[in-house]
Amino acid sequence: MQTVKMVVTGPFSAGKTQFIQSVSEIDVVATERRISSDEERTIKSSTTVAMDFGRITVDEDLVLYLFGTPGQKRFDFMWEILSEGMLGFIVMVDSTRPETFREARSILETFRAYAPTPFVVAANKQDMEDAWELDDMRHALRLDKNTKLLPCVATDRSSVKTALLELLYSILQEMESGK
Amino acid sequence: MALRGNLRDFTITQLLNLINLAGKTGTLVVDGTSEQAYVSFREGKLAYARVGREDGGLASVLHKANKINASQYRAIADRAGQMTDKELGLLLINAGYVTQDDILLNLQAYFTDVVRRLFTWVEGIFRFENDMLPPDDRINVRLDLENIIIEGSRQLRELEQLQDEIPSLDMALKFTDRPLTNVNLSVDEWKVVKFVDPKNTMRQIAGTNKLTEIEVRRIVYGLLQAGLVELVRPANAPVPPNPKMFPTENKEEQKTLINKLIGRIRTM
Repeated sequence: MQTVKMVVTGPFSAGKTQFIQSVSEIDVVATERRISSDEERTIKSSTTVAMDFGRITVDEDLVLYLFGTPGQKRFDFMWEILSEGMLGFIVMVDSTRPETFREARSILETFRAYAPTPFVVAANKQDMEDAWELDDMRHALRLDKNTKLLPCVATDRSSVKTALLELLYSILQEMESGK
Repeated sequence: MALRGNLRDFTITQLLNLINLAGKTGTLVVDGTSEQAYVSFREGKLAYARVGREDGGLASVLHKANKINASQYRAIADRAGQMTDKELGLLLINAGYVTQDDILLNLQAYFTDVVRRLFTWVEGIFRFENDMLPPDDRINVRLDLENIIIEGSRQLRELEQLQDEIPSLDMALKFTDRPLTNVNLSVDEWKVVKFVDPKNTMRQIAGTNKLTEIEVRRIVYGLLQAGLVELVRPANAPVPPNPKMFPTENKEEQKTLINKLIGRIRTM
């Protein structure tokens, strides 16, 4: 059995767990704990402290694992461990919470420093009225024009599939260009 | 859709950076703790600014800059109440009181000063109104934002925020496509700019220039905010060994594997 993995990262409450749940064929193995800080508790009641774990079986010989990182900075020691051996990564950003954009930039730069693997940025909650426009998010997140910034709704399977496919296309493109 | 948020999470320099890079037209409305500010832009350039109850009109700006005296200012206020700033400007130029340059330079200085004052606002709500343009009766300027952004970035002192913005000094810098013209840089900033090259990490640049980590972070943050440079992996950096990425070393098998993944996800 061959296995490969992708990492889904992003700030606290960006929608990483939901993203994985939307496409995983197994119930996501989530290591969630109740939130301790009042500020964070107002956003959601529990969070991922170690990792989420989802699976997509391709055939009897190949399985793709999706790992979701904990979003809170105090668990960032997990990021490097989770990023080892990944094909690429997806940075989830909540389009309605500009207060998380700085952290998203920081996470993105941290992961880029780990390894030169392809990545895409998924702008979650683009269906919400108060979501920032993609162009504004691109500048706020300091993404260059070649970085894929994809509209996403983590609860919508087709939207999640598109994000995964775009990452795979980027991986393939990089392999073909011989980088 | 919305471009709104809180200054605690999104600073004025970051907003100016976004407006600059996106070439936005409209008005940034900032509700501070005690005052409200309106800063208007055309195609990413500063066009007009007003804060609180300040008049911000041409006569007031010229008076504060000592271009017209107190009695002239009073006379304008009494007699030219219905006149637009554009009409007033023409009148003053034709009467020989001021030149066109006097008007533009003093308005630029005033609007820049309004933005500078916003840098000190740490509490407040902002929104960007695409459809709100400066009042018709006021004179607009066209001022590049890069220098204002760099100036604002110099005021960022918190190490934690700088570390968030630039988590690793082992990344390198490269110039963006934006031209580096008419940008006022300090000596230390020029020292960093001189070494901007994908081959040089920020740590190396700091070491060469004897800058501390916080100093190099602050300078790079300003250059990033002004859209002059971007972070890249160092060109000569060794690729970390990642043997587990693919279960096979064979390139063709790796491509086949990716294509199988693509096929599987498409049919889900």
